[in-house]
Amino acid sequence: MCLGIPGEIVELLPGPTELATVDVVGVRRAINIGLLGEQGVRPGDWVLVHVGFAMSKIDEAEAAATLALLTGLGQAYTDELEALAESDIT
Amino acid sequence: MLASQIRELCEPGRQYTFMEVCGGHTHTIYKHGLEDYLPEAVTLVHGPGCPVCVIPMGRVDDAIDLARRPGVIMTSFGDMMRVPGGQGSFLDAKAAGADIRMVYSPLDALKIARMNPDRTVVFMAIGFETTAPSTAMTVLRAAAEGLSNFFVFCNHVTIIPAIKAILDSPDQRLDGFIGPGHVSTVIGCRPYEFIAREYGKPLVCAGFEPLDILQSIHMLLRQLADGRADVENQYTRVVPWDGNRTALDVISRVMEVRPFFEWRGLGFISQSALRMREAYAAYDAEVLFDVPGVRVADPKACQCGEVLKGVLKPWECKVFGTACTPETPIGTCMVSSEGACAAYYNFGRFTRSRHKETSRT
Ligand code: SF4
Repeated sequence: MCLGIPGEIVELLPGPTELATVDVVGVRRAINIGLLGEQGVRPGDWVLVHVGFAMSKIDEAEAAATLALLTGLGQAYTDELEALAESDIT
Repeated sequence: MLASQIRELCEPGRQYTFMEVCGGHTHTIYKHGLEDYLPEAVTLVHGPGCPVCVIPMGRVDDAIDLARRPGVIMTSFGDMMRVPGGQGSFLDAKAAGADIRMVYSPLDALKIARMNPDRTVVFMAIGFETTAPSTAMTVLRAAAEGLSNFFVFCNHVTIIPAIKAILDSPDQRLDGFIGPGHVSTVIGCRPYEFIAREYGKPLVCAGFEPLDILQSIHMLLRQLADGRADVENQYTRVVPWDGNRTALDVISRVMEVRPFFEWRGLGFISQSALRMREAYAAYDAEVLFDVPGVRVADPKACQCGEVLKGVLKPWECKVFGTACTPETPIGTCMVSSEGACAAYYNFGRFTRSRHKETSRT
């Protein structure tokens, strides 16, 4: 739950719900981007995702380093990814 | 290289004890055996920054009580499922027929509410400032949609009072703090300034990679060698000095500080947790239901409190690895992968400190 997982913004979803599609190691899911405030995001940007919300913008190098670190976590990371894959935010 | 620079900064004959506040750091430290890279003079102790670890048994029992009421669907993060209460865990209650569902996000819980208009959906919210904004945003969304069957059982805690409680506890002997990474993306670095100012201890906000942690230890030792105590940010890649304004605003719109809250093993800490504001009482499980508010003393064998304060190392607890394992946890520190006992159980058993410990006994 505390793991921040890097994801790449694929598409901003229209409407008042502040959702965007992100790609997290091949899994595409909707997440909420409303906590990023003014700075906003565009497709191609990387964000750290916590429990379905983008919490901060990061650069691609940081995203790659974080992913490598998470992969090394083993079970905790797999659990979090599975939970994310099952998530169905609308 | 960094390791030898760390060694050079240590004053001969002096011992240094640093607390890593965040469970994510504990995990990295054990996983990568970081203590092996540190000189004998530097000791790392684990702090209270694992949200699952600090949930008191009574709150688990309260949540199970809510889950058993007719028509209720209880939802929470996967990490909560095994946390033992006085009357068993969510998993036990689920096996006994309660409708308890694991969700990845509070927004998933909201969706369950939307799809089950005739049921009462409760989200057991846990976590520090890292997850509190998500809960708050979800409540705002429920309000915008006019949902009337979604409720939050709010157990969010705040990191600063916990650090203060540790600083004020008579048995603490800390020289500095490795500051939490993710919490700080929300609260920023400023709230830690009192630690340097009033307690004269340095704090460095750190990233989660092994090098980040070693570098932060280097920065702490540098400060001590210079006779300084400052708040520094090693994790500037992610942590802004002023935090995330939007996230902080959302929290304070929906939640307010509780006068006090019980922490597992640490007892009651004043102003250390959040509850829903009256304006959002319509989404507050504690308003809708008469929550029993049970208080359950921690099991006698459990020494999680000492582990959370950094007074004991996980393996010094008498039930560690015998009666208490990740499959059958007695205490909470054994449940989440961020808990010190679980991290140590999974990775740490062959580290230097363990060798030292076993050879001493
Ligand atoms: S071994 Fe178990 S009971 Fe002992 S401190 Fe760790 S989690 Fe608590």
